[in-house]
Amino acid sequence: MLVSLYRYNPETDNAPYMQDIELDVPEGRDLMVLDVITLLKEKDPTIAFRRSCREGVCGSDGMNMNGKNGLGCITPLSEVVKKNKLVLRPLPGLPVIRDLVVDMSLFYKQYEKVMPYLMNDKPAPAIERLQSPEEREKLDGLYECILCACCSTACPSFWWNPDKFIGPAGLLQAYRFLADSRDTAQEERLSHLDDPFSVFRCRGIMNCVSVCPKGLNPTRAIGHIRNLLLQRAT
Amino acid sequence: MVNSATNFGRSGVQDWMVQRVSAYVLALYTLFLLGFVLFTNVTYETWSGLFAQTWFRVFSLLALLSIGAHAWIGLWTVTTDYVKAATPRFLVQAACGLTMFVYVVWGVQILWGQ
Repeated sequence: MLVSLYRYNPETDNAPYMQDIELDVPEGRDLMVLDVITLLKEKDPTIAFRRSCREGVCGSDGMNMNGKNGLGCITPLSEVVKKNKLVLRPLPGLPVIRDLVVDMSLFYKQYEKVMPYLMNDKPAPAIERLQSPEEREKLDGLYECILCACCSTACPSFWWNPDKFIGPAGLLQAYRFLADSRDTAQEERLSHLDDPFSVFRCRGIMNCVSVCPKGLNPTRAIGHIRNLLLQRAT
Repeated sequence: MVNSATNFGRSGVQDWMVQRVSAYVLALYTLFLLGFVLFTNVTYETWSGLFAQTWFRVFSLLALLSIGAHAWIGLWTVTTDYVKAATPRFLVQAACGLTMFVYVVWGVQILWGQ
């Protein structure tokens, strides 16, 4: 199999380049893309990439595989390899630090903006704040996000305005707290989203939905936020 | 919260709503004109007769204002996506705004002038 790998080391390279590496993939089992990169690193230890849990939980190895973002550790070769070729690039739209490692600062800055923590101005009860099963159910499909950044870096609106548009990952979390029955700061949260960029840059093209490795639907969450903003403003 | 002084409305929600409502107005106007052209024998008399009626002038003015607002929001969005440097972006936005203003005033003159 031919692997075309994005290489860039700012200390030695003037510009990024694609390195073609021929690799013998073991027969008889379907390797994950992360396994392939690990094999490549055995050949060439200078290859840089992030990984941790190697089972789709930590969200460290988000990358672009044959043009589609995903987690290398849970993407089998049978799913991505076309014509015996695998093109690996870092997540698009973020500054590259080295090879497949990107600078996630802007992504986290947008995440921070949505105040991703519970805010409640009522006195704390003796034991805990209770939720009914129905209230808890509203958080399904929202809390599972692992912040791998596959969605936001697949979003053209985020590419063009990563400093202003919160992006699908941040907005999914924004709605996770807007929908939480224990949160009392809905008005404050919405007042921070009511501008032409933060939420409304979403054009609903659903790239985020098509790449999310956890099968979540940020576009739907953005629609809910928009409805809350509309209700508040009419 | 991202501050912006050049967008059409006071907020993102307002821009969003104006964009949707104006789209409906423009769709209705287009469908009406299409129907008129298809089902009426269009001559100078029928055409000027249509525009002589007050309700149609009001409808046309509504469509004109809608296209002005719709185009402003749309092109403002395009410029903030693709024109990164502030000065050229502002110049493009100003040029778009001026063009729309001229069209709206000119359109009012055509509709209501003698």
